[in-house]
Amino acid sequence: MENLWNGLVKAVELIITLDPEVMQIAGRSLSIGLTSIVIGSLICIPVASLIHFNQFWGKRILVSLIQTFYSIPTVVVGLFVFVMVSNAGPLGGLGILFTPTAIVVGQVILITPILLGLTISALSGVDRTILDTARSLGASSWQVAVLVIKEARFMVVAAVIMGFGRAISEVGISLMVGGNIRGATRVITTAISLETGKGDIELALALGMILIFLALVVNIIMNRIQQR
Amino acid sequence: MPLIETRKLSQRRDGQYILKNINLRVERGEVFALIGPTGAGKTTLLRLIDTLDAPAAGKIFFNGKEVNSSDKVRQEMRRRMAFVLQKPVVFNTSVYDNVACGLRWRGMGSKRIHEEVEGILKTVGLASYKNRNARTLSGGEVQRVAIARAIAVRPEVLLLDEPTANLDPVSASKIEELIAEIIKRETITIIMATHDMSQGQRLADRIGVLIDGEMVQSGDPREIFNTPGDRRVAEFIGMENIIDGVVKSNEGEMAGIDVSGKTVEAVTDFDAGAEVSVCMRPEDVTVALSKYSSSARNSLAGKITWTVSTGPLCRVEIDCGFPLVALVTRRSAEEMGLKKGTQVYAAFKAVSIHVIQRH
Repeated sequence: MENLWNGLVKAVELIITLDPEVMQIAGRSLSIGLTSIVIGSLICIPVASLIHFNQFWGKRILVSLIQTFYSIPTVVVGLFVFVMVSNAGPLGGLGILFTPTAIVVGQVILITPILLGLTISALSGVDRTILDTARSLGASSWQVAVLVIKEARFMVVAAVIMGFGRAISEVGISLMVGGNIRGATRVITTAISLETGKGDIELALALGMILIFLALVVNIIMNRIQQR
Repeated sequence: MPLIETRKLSQRRDGQYILKNINLRVERGEVFALIGPTGAGKTTLLRLIDTLDAPAAGKIFFNGKEVNSSDKVRQEMRRRMAFVLQKPVVFNTSVYDNVACGLRWRGMGSKRIHEEVEGILKTVGLASYKNRNARTLSGGEVQRVAIARAIAVRPEVLLLDEPTANLDPVSASKIEELIAEIIKRETITIIMATHDMSQGQRLADRIGVLIDGEMVQSGDPREIFNTPGDRRVAEFIGMENIIDGVVKSNEGEMAGIDVSGKTVEAVTDFDAGAEVSVCMRPEDVTVALSKYSSSARNSLAGKITWTVSTGPLCRVEIDCGFPLVALVTRRSAEEMGLKKGTQVYAAFKAVSIHVIQRH
């Protein structure tokens, strides 16, 4: 209990004093997480719409497969990205191993199933009469799709929030393809892992609390957007 | 050339025909009502005309052009029509944006959209609601938004599916007034589905009766309501007295029809020997306690088997050798003391009877 209390006090102290290293790590976590969710959303929302609005053989199997990957372990994604972008890998020439870019690539892969699956569910939840009404008023297929996404915006934003949560809280990818390099790829989760290993439980707890605080702030902003 | 024409249009669902060989012609500027019981195929037909669904067989022509020739043509045709669905939904945005959406999808500039939408919201009486989220409106108001949204795109054809179903009587009457106003003000062709036959009678130039997926009769409202083509139409339009009989004689179109041993005189051109059904509205049957001389050629003695009051009227069921239903005012029923077991005379004119062939 004492550790927890001291961790809380230290977290408040680190935030109030704007500790440079902590701020840098938190800022990196936030920027990597936000970049991943923006890229993931830009890819997944249109792809989910394509899957939802088109009928094709194997659609159900594809959706089941996407849902299965919701719980893919982060270390498995980390390992996959490591193999792909390491010097010997097919994308080794890009030279992104142990850079924030590699972490973003891994996180986008990690959150893709969640974003795809939950967006498809969100679009499926829109009343079919909305589609018929839009079509009967002369909307093109593209205009119908935009309208349906707008109608499903509460659920789509919820999917984005879920995806962001998964991205900012993962540790496996950041550790394996980021390398936890101080001043370069160290993010809050890898820093927590390191500090715990070193025995500085208080700092690790403080960083954990900052991570939760960051997630809270982002979720509040997303909820505001959702309610517009 | 008719504006809307269907040729041998059929639709199937789960292996069953839900529309069979529909041949329909609607002229420009005409108000055509599709009437029929629930499940007759009215919505299916409207959806096919609006190209929301593809038919199993048959063709639809819009101003002579086949509508299902390609996706592009389908959308082009759909943009010349507007469809108010049976259970209209509004988009989760303001009333203004709901009404404006069809115009935006057609690429109209925001200034013109503003002028159009403001005008239409005034027409439908929703000007003060324009900034409200449409999802917070009542059923009648949602129906108004749906109609406003449809007429905003200035369609050549307006398709209305049961526009007053699911509404309370006051809202239903307001919506009907609004439709009547649109008919008066706009040069628009309307195809309207309704199970309310009197609504069809009030609003339409022509009526088509759809029963079990078949267009069993079409014509002007008077024709449909006075001379139903067959038993199903007669039942649907409220001819409660449909009694089977055989024509015994016919002289100068005045036929004597044997109905359960009683002779009923009716104006018809069916020849002697024809198996027919005698149809008559309950309001055309008068009830008296004694036989009296009147212009009615038929006066049959009978005994009341049941009476029930509904508002200002009283429904009286009489056994005249065959069951006959009469509608009298509640006051008359009370004055005459009509009740179960009372001996009465049921009188009706030969011209009040419509005779149809028995199938």
